[in-house]
Amino acid sequence: MVKFDILKHELVPKFTILSKEEVEALRQTYGIRKEHLPWIRKSDPICKVLGAKPGDVLKIERNSEVAGKSIAYRYVVPG
Amino acid sequence: MSVNDIAKSIKSIRFGLLSPEEIRKMSVVNIITADTYDEDGVPIDAGLMDRRLGTIEPGQKCQTCGNRVGQCPGHFGHIELARPVVHPGFAKTVYLTLRAICWNCGRILLKKEDYDKYVLLMEKYRRRWPQLRHKLAEKIMKRASKLQECPYCGREQFKIKFEKPTTYYEEHPEGNVKLAPSEIRARLERITDADAALLGLDPQMARPEWMVLTVLPVPPSSVRPSITLESGVRSEDDLTHKLVDIIRINERLKENIDAGAPQLIIEDLWELLQYHVTTYFDNETSGIPPARHRSGRPLRTLAQRLKGKEGRFRSNLSGKRVDFSARTVISPDPLISMNEVGVPIEVAKLLTIPERINKFNIEEMKKLIENGPDNHPGANYIIRPDGRRIDLRFPKDRKTIADSVEIGYVVERHIKDGDVVLFNRQPSLHRMSIMAHRVRVLPYKTFRLNLCVCPPYNADFDGDEMNLHVPQSEEARAEALVLMLVQEQILSPRYGGPIMGAIQDYISGAYMLTKKTALLTREEASQLLISAGYDGELPPPAIKEPEEMWTGKQLVSLFFPSDFNYTLKANICQKCGQCKKEECPHDAFVVIRNGVLISGVLDKKSIGAGQPESVLHRLVKDYGTDMGRMFIDKAFKLFLSYIDSRGLTIGLDEEELPKEAKEKIRMVVEEAEQKTAKLIEIYNEGLLERLPGRTLEETLETKIMQELEEAREKAGEIASQYLKDTNSALLMARTGARGSLMNLAHMVACVGQQSVRGERINRGYQNRTLPHFKPGDLGARAHGFVYSSYKDRLNPIEFFFHAMGGREGLVDTAVRTSQSGYMQRRLINALQDIRVEYDGTVRATDGSIIQFKYGEDGVDPAKSDHGKAVNVDKIIEKVVGAGVI
Ligand SMILES: [Mg+2]
Ligand SMILES: [Zn+2]
Ligand SMILES: [Zn+2]
Ligand SMILES: [Zn+2]
Repeated sequence: MVKFDILKHELVPKFTILSKEEVEALRQTYGIRKEHLPWIRKSDPICKVLGAKPGDVLKIERNSEVAGKSIAYRYVVPG
Repeated sequence: MSVNDIAKSIKSIRFGLLSPEEIRKMSVVNIITADTYDEDGVPIDAGLMDRRLGTIEPGQKCQTCGNRVGQCPGHFGHIELARPVVHPGFAKTVYLTLRAICWNCGRILLKKEDYDKYVLLMEKYRRRWPQLRHKLAEKIMKRASKLQECPYCGREQFKIKFEKPTTYYEEHPEGNVKLAPSEIRARLERITDADAALLGLDPQMARPEWMVLTVLPVPPSSVRPSITLESGVRSEDDLTHKLVDIIRINERLKENIDAGAPQLIIEDLWELLQYHVTTYFDNETSGIPPARHRSGRPLRTLAQRLKGKEGRFRSNLSGKRVDFSARTVISPDPLISMNEVGVPIEVAKLLTIPERINKFNIEEMKKLIENGPDNHPGANYIIRPDGRRIDLRFPKDRKTIADSVEIGYVVERHIKDGDVVLFNRQPSLHRMSIMAHRVRVLPYKTFRLNLCVCPPYNADFDGDEMNLHVPQSEEARAEALVLMLVQEQILSPRYGGPIMGAIQDYISGAYMLTKKTALLTREEASQLLISAGYDGELPPPAIKEPEEMWTGKQLVSLFFPSDFNYTLKANICQKCGQCKKEECPHDAFVVIRNGVLISGVLDKKSIGAGQPESVLHRLVKDYGTDMGRMFIDKAFKLFLSYIDSRGLTIGLDEEELPKEAKEKIRMVVEEAEQKTAKLIEIYNEGLLERLPGRTLEETLETKIMQELEEAREKAGEIASQYLKDTNSALLMARTGARGSLMNLAHMVACVGQQSVRGERINRGYQNRTLPHFKPGDLGARAHGFVYSSYKDRLNPIEFFFHAMGGREGLVDTAVRTSQSGYMQRRLINALQDIRVEYDGTVRATDGSIIQFKYGEDGVDPAKSDHGKAVNVDKIIEKVVGAGVI
């Protein structure tokens, strides 16, 4: 079976794993702990493709109908 | 008692299971007798009403703590069960746990390496994702249930079957073996503390074997008070009844065991005990019959006391009752401001506001005190600085009291004109369901409200009642005024547009007044403007000869700001191919230049409630809510005064069509009937072509439906062509005031196809809808097509079909409201505590982020243009001044 590359699908937004420094900067801007971000499970297809591990933070860049470009973050948890 | 007096504050709450030792420790008496009172009405010792359990009779002292009724908190007792029973609330957990452990040694059925891995993982979860621990435990239990042989003692494992509510079997090769609760408890006891932690239990707070009860706590008598009826007969609480059952069976079981009765009898009694304990916890447990009272009524046991709308949570804990509120029927008053609410004098005399006396209001307050509780602007109480309350109902000489008050006293005075109150109509589905109004004390017994606030409250006057609340503090009043005042809610966050605006007669009136033919004499014009509260100069007349005349457009223009520009198409626009704009024959092209209505009529599109991008929307958005309120209060009165002076009515004779039109309609319908017959013929011959994805029968149905719907539409078109332009129903439909062209067509032309479940009517007898038709008749008439119009009257068969369709509509609305009500409840429960923070993020109460920017764009829809932050077209129009549509 040919493996389907979900990253190329037009409905899948751009995901990136943040570096330690970026995560720290993010925590500072919002004044939060990582747990306060919305969660995503390690078993999520996008985490599998990116190889994200529990404790990582993902950045999502979407094209939004209302805002043009919108940015969100996810905290990777086990499961 | 104030916040500062609280001796202890709660930092955290921890839930666990009661151990048998704990139950015994907190118990003050071991209950062994099923009886409650002896012949003299004295509680029996060691019975369910033992005096050590607390006192419920006034004047009696508690045998345990020595307190009297209000003071004694009540004390638990306990029952020693002759045999253990499964706690029904944990039956599922018991099952999952049993599956995961060895029946012999009690270890979790995991290979050594798996076990070590999970121990480490569980420790990691505990530190980093404590919320996810139960998920891991679930995974471990699932994994452990797979192993066939214990890695520790090597014994073969058997599959465990769980039968709701509390029965467990072990599947042995030679057949199923029932597991007795005592056996289950023994297995659970063998689980080590470390293993219990892996199974998601905290062994300090909840040892697994505690899920099987050996001791049952007996709640204090104050939890299940007995009541004495007038006849002197004592009646016990449902919980007591249930406990009596448990004790009886428990005693019998004990006796039988002691007497060495056969195993079978003991097992029967044991199961009975389990049944009683199960229903004692939850009498709606599925799979077993509910325990009933002697009268046949199911008992209301523990779970029933907590669950549902009438349960402890929704009824007693979330359900708040308040003072300073009133409720009565509502009725309309077009003469008061939209910001006001008419309050009956009788209500005003009961609702009060505490006002502190100072040097500015002391004279007024003295007057109010003198008036007392029975004369309207009066007062009901005085609170002295030492906290003493003086009731003004009793003293005869209020004058002396009035003279004795000083600065610093507080007067609980009646509400009066101008006070701020909250007004509410249930169901409170959105924030506009509770708005702040200013009081207007009026005679008679109903709350009065301006008609423009009907849409946000979804109110009408067919008997609707509403609630009124009086804020008691200065802060509450200020907040209500700034955030909740009606005019601040004109623009709805539901969609970027005004939710309040013209409805019904306001729209008809606006149309009639702004029509080209509306010309007014000096007297008429003056009269209208006075009723609208206009106090400026009359503009120069539009027509000077032979008599001075003013147009309605001129009068309306007086209420626009002088720099107001707007262009739009009115509701009456006929969508003619090439729009002639200002030259529109229907005067449907609305142009406002520099605050003057140059062309076009005002109707639903420009001033209606719930119309985004309307004149009203622009006025409120660009000139503020004061302007919006002013326009609605003043200009709208103009419309009503005008419709009052002209009258708008519909009569039976108006809905009459000329012979010619009736003939045309008859022909259209006849044609459709023939076409239908033709379709049926083709179908019978087997020549009908199947539509994709449909059966032949469905194809026929669809085609017939299409044909008939077309016929009804055509009939309606003919009707509206022949109706006079002066027809009031037509006016209302076109302007959007009330009703539609379809309603009109139903009245004058043809009611058309009736349907049930989106299909022609197909039910009733075998192969026919009614015995009046031949079996298998597929014709229009036989399947609910109503040829008549309402005016022509329906024949009995048509009437019957019409009732069938009508009933479906009623049932639908009834079902929908209950469904959407439940959905609303769940949504509110989920969303009630999230909020938009100052940094634009949406967060829950623990600071966790729900959205990184509210709605992704951070736009408040109430302050937006139909959802957009800016409306470029309107800005250009404003700057350039030309109509860009
Ligand atoms: Mg009603
Ligand atoms: Zn007591
Ligand atoms: Zn074992
Ligand atoms: Zn037009």
